[in-house]
Amino acid sequence: MVEELRGSFASGKTRSYEWRASQLKGIIKLADEHEQEIVQALRSDLSKPEMEAYVQEIGMLKNSCTVTLKELKHWMTPEKVKTSLITYPSSAEIVSEPLGVVLVISAWNYPFLLSLDPVIGAIAAGNAVVLKPSEISPATSSLLAKLVGEYLDSSAIRVVEGAVAETSALLEQKWDKICYTGNGKVARIVMAAAAKHLTPLLLELGGKCPVVVDSDTNLQVTSRRIIAGKWGCNNGQACISPDYILTTKDFAPKLVDSLKQELETCYGKNQLESKDLSRIVNSNHYTRLIKLLDDEKVAGKIVHGGEKKETELRIAPTILLDVPRDSLIMSEEIFGPLLPIITVDKVEDSFEIINSGTKPLAAYLFTNNKKLKKQFVMSISAGGVVVNDTTLHLAVHTLPFGGVGESGMGAYHGKFSFDAFCHKKAVVYRGFFGDAAIRYPPYTRGKLRLLKAIMGGGIFGIIRALFGWS
Amino acid sequence: MRVYFRSGATREASWRKQQLKGLLAFLKENEGDIMKALKQDLGKHYAEAYRDEVGTLIKSLNFALQSLKRWMSPKKAELPLMALLSTAEVMPEPLGLILVFSSWNFPIGLSLEPLIGALAAGNTVVLKPSDLSPACSSLLANTLRSYLDNRAVKVIQGGAAVGEKLLQERWDKIFFTGSTQVGRIVMSAAAKHLTPVILELGGKCPAVLDSLSWNWDREASIKRILVGKFGTCAGQACITIDYVLVEKESLSTVVEMMKEITGKMFGENPRESNSIARIVNKSHFLRLKNLVDDPAVKASIVHGGKMDEDNLFIEPTILVDPPLESEIMTEEIFGPLLPIISLEKIEESMEFIKSRPKPLAIYVFTRSKTLERRILSETSSGSVTFNDAIVQYAADTIPFGGVGKSGIGRYHGNYSFEAFSHEKAVVRRSFFTDFWFRYPPWNDHKLQLFKTAYNFDYLGMLLVILGLKRIKASHMV
Repeated sequence: MVEELRGSFASGKTRSYEWRASQLKGIIKLADEHEQEIVQALRSDLSKPEMEAYVQEIGMLKNSCTVTLKELKHWMTPEKVKTSLITYPSSAEIVSEPLGVVLVISAWNYPFLLSLDPVIGAIAAGNAVVLKPSEISPATSSLLAKLVGEYLDSSAIRVVEGAVAETSALLEQKWDKICYTGNGKVARIVMAAAAKHLTPLLLELGGKCPVVVDSDTNLQVTSRRIIAGKWGCNNGQACISPDYILTTKDFAPKLVDSLKQELETCYGKNQLESKDLSRIVNSNHYTRLIKLLDDEKVAGKIVHGGEKKETELRIAPTILLDVPRDSLIMSEEIFGPLLPIITVDKVEDSFEIINSGTKPLAAYLFTNNKKLKKQFVMSISAGGVVVNDTTLHLAVHTLPFGGVGESGMGAYHGKFSFDAFCHKKAVVYRGFFGDAAIRYPPYTRGKLRLLKAIMGGGIFGIIRALFGWS
Repeated sequence: MRVYFRSGATREASWRKQQLKGLLAFLKENEGDIMKALKQDLGKHYAEAYRDEVGTLIKSLNFALQSLKRWMSPKKAELPLMALLSTAEVMPEPLGLILVFSSWNFPIGLSLEPLIGALAAGNTVVLKPSDLSPACSSLLANTLRSYLDNRAVKVIQGGAAVGEKLLQERWDKIFFTGSTQVGRIVMSAAAKHLTPVILELGGKCPAVLDSLSWNWDREASIKRILVGKFGTCAGQACITIDYVLVEKESLSTVVEMMKEITGKMFGENPRESNSIARIVNKSHFLRLKNLVDDPAVKASIVHGGKMDEDNLFIEPTILVDPPLESEIMTEEIFGPLLPIISLEKIEESMEFIKSRPKPLAIYVFTRSKTLERRILSETSSGSVTFNDAIVQYAADTIPFGGVGKSGIGRYHGNYSFEAFSHEKAVVRRSFFTDFWFRYPPWNDHKLQLFKTAYNFDYLGMLLVILGLKRIKASHMV
């Protein structure tokens, strides 16, 4: 199959603006005409509320396509750059060329968006693509296979369904780039496989995204935004979802009360059964999350929620207060509706706690304090940082979305998607004139003097050298 | 070293400037010793050494010092109108601890050029120069420390064993210049810690020499090809011209001109004139000797071919049409042997190049705009240079890096700074401007609002709010 795609790529058909634009339009059409089916598939895989399905997956994807279509011609134009005295006379430019055949491995939590968003970038850059959706979201996976086959050019864009075996087989092939969204453990396997062929990577992983809440903040808005980012994003199963909160011992009770209040406004009294919350994706993850709650180190720390229903794979929004730092829930990415709160004496102490862990994909701070904001942005290293909100930066297509350290490598969204799947080829044009004898052997003292002067810059240096004065 | 990094000392602009100035001072005050070391390791002439290593470093350092402020400042990102009272920007921050492996062919240049980027970006660095250029390696290890902050920059000498041990540690980025084979080993080791890598590898960089009607053009092209091969560390460079493609018609003229000009440039006795560098060590010498020991290859030599094992010297050698399956045409040569391959028509070069792994650079000497366009769009390489060779290395405004087997990532100029930085997205919001339809409980009305919002359809949004418009009916529970 890879051979076939290479053939299609070699034929040059994926390079034309027309082809790229037609595929992107095809994606928009696919999303428009099958909106309900997509919502249904997401409901089947994750019990995702229609609102989330639309806003966070379909709407975002269509937006991404629209932006790309609008800017594509501009992105495809070579970028002229200045040249210096050393290469005079010359002109130079940077040409964006497609890499060839790329592999996109996507995740189960935003199965529609995370499959097609990288594909948009790959197509915009003029590549042929193989998409491998996650088997943990089977309904979406088969819907994608069907729709991509119908709406897009199958000689250059394919969907391969399957689980570990199929993924391993795919990883053994030679790709020109691999984009993987998922966890750090599998990412290492992907990178090791890529190393054999020296394939460059885009890895979108996760991490424990911290939220620091200062006492000097607008409490109501803070709570609402934390809720929107946590439970409003696939019930906490999102890579940039707030993982845990850090706040001062004094402020914590107020924060908990506010969160409880706002949770009720959003999800009503029976939060376990709320239709506006996704369920846990499968029993493996359900069991994993229950274990985090059963950890004896957090016994008695639950201040809200904790209800569960195994048959429906549902866990209610749960808040834990004063969790010890060596508990299970603080040792791995939660990826679920459990929100631990760690209390500190001074809010500045939270910075050290965050920096002692691995770099997360996002970090959040709620405060009115200018100095604290500055300190946070300067000293916390994360993929992205948001002050006074959560998860929003994902929607800004002029910002690169990606991780650092354990949370990933590379970035995409907007133009960054296009750049991620291109090779930026440097092109230098020189004329046959302008040939300085100083370049060629035999090397003499005079030539060396002149060479030094030109390279060191400065017209006076050159004049001096020419006259033999230096 | 991580502790020092965390202290924040390396982030200050003043510290970074100090390190860069330190490197400049190192180069200026030790020029003599640097030249001596390069002479010892590779037999490089002063002029070559200055042009390719010291000179380019000074240029890069000046560029970095000039650009540092610009590099360090956050870049504002455009936000849609909807995002009132919010700001978005990209803020560069250092990665932390960088490992730089450099190569033996440009031991000073390839060690310090990445260092410039890493230090400008505010990182701490461990540099491991190649043990195949021992004089330069010890010069760096012993002398750099007086010019740079020793708590942030360390030079570790050694060979493969030391390299392997270093690879087992956790780094925030690894920068490797060397062979494709070792590149794989480095990337596999990096995979264990998910460390991003920049790999500057090599390949067989072809030069396409079109039939040029003007003698001036022909002469200039051949001079540039010859200096790009024999005058650049005796062909031991990643961007050296590996082989030349010409049309059968022009073959004899080209060969004659090459012989003549080679003689003029390198003299009758090149070893005496020191206009060409030496082979780095016996192992590489024997490897090169092996390439021409094949009788079919030996028969294709038309100029040169003398090899002096005791002095590790090979004179400039030109071959015409050695068999394409021979090792000299399948492996990266990395030495002063220049095969010329003749084709029926120059357009065949496209297929020839495409059927081989993507090289680090492609050189084309032509006046034909059609050929220019075809090479650009039909072939893929790290870079393409028209009517010259090697000069792209000295440019600060274009990225220097490979694609496919010739490498991952790029540097030089602004790209050096970016290579060792994390571009952090930062969004700041105010507590006002909260869209109520962001929050559950969900209903149809809110969905309508979102649909208009996504299309930046402000008027539509207003109408929906006023209850005057409805979009598609949906089946909300």
